[in-house]
Amino acid sequence: MTVMDVRKDPQNLTMTLDAEFDAPADRVWELWSDPRQLERWWGPPTYPATVTSHDLREGGRVEYHMTGPKGDQPAGYWEITDAEPPHRLSFRDGFRDADGRPNTDMPVNEVNVTIAEVGDGRTRMSIESVFPDTAAMEQLLAMGMQEGLTQAVGQIDAILAGQAARA
Amino acid sequence: MQIAPPDFDRMFGALADATRRDIVRRAIDGEEGVAELAEHYPMSFAAVQKHVAILERAGLVSKERIGRRKVVRTNLEGLRVARRLLDQYEELWRGRLGRMAELVAADRKEPPR
Repeated sequence: MTVMDVRKDPQNLTMTLDAEFDAPADRVWELWSDPRQLERWWGPPTYPATVTSHDLREGGRVEYHMTGPKGDQPAGYWEITDAEPPHRLSFRDGFRDADGRPNTDMPVNEVNVTIAEVGDGRTRMSIESVFPDTAAMEQLLAMGMQEGLTQAVGQIDAILAGQAARA
Repeated sequence: MQIAPPDFDRMFGALADATRRDIVRRAIDGEEGVAELAEHYPMSFAAVQKHVAILERAGLVSKERIGRRKVVRTNLEGLRVARRLLDQYEELWRGRLGRMAELVAADRKEPPR
């Protein structure tokens, strides 16, 4: 995989990641359409995912939970808003309560996936993540975008690196 | 230095304002007091003082006495916590993409399904 580009757009509250795979589009689509494959990449190694329901059609749902090192099982769902195999997938990604219902207190993230072959048997996948309109997430992104803080963070990194070098 | 438990809402609320982000940046050196900081902005001393107070409550800056002066200094640890949270989302997806790539690469080593 050639990683990849990360773009953050504060105006539209989006983050876009691009990645290229040495495989045809159908193969890349399988990463999403095959629940067993999805389980192998969705959750981090410490929180493997179990997909319990998987209907990747417009209006369909995907339900999953993850299992943490202490047995905790955070659960989530996707609400599919658009699916055009093997090129497009859009869904709303949210959390579920202990009783399995969508947790409305937690932010819902909109994810748009586009998959396109770019020649030489390679496929480019672009994942656009649209942040919810909740104040916290908006602020989260706006903060990272602002040059002022980016500079501050750069300075912090420099200071910390300098301290580490001295230590 | 520890800030525990970090109050993310308060932290991001504090950082959601351009003036306050600028104060955080300027206060890294910890050389200026509120009055000196106020000179950088087209607003009253009281307004800047208010911004500093919000940052202080969020654990992002603290006031320090140096001799007879009181300077505002950025709490680097607080800022690092905020930054980590900001980067988490990107890291999450980078991790996912890495695992996807491994799955696709594994095709070549295994017989086709």
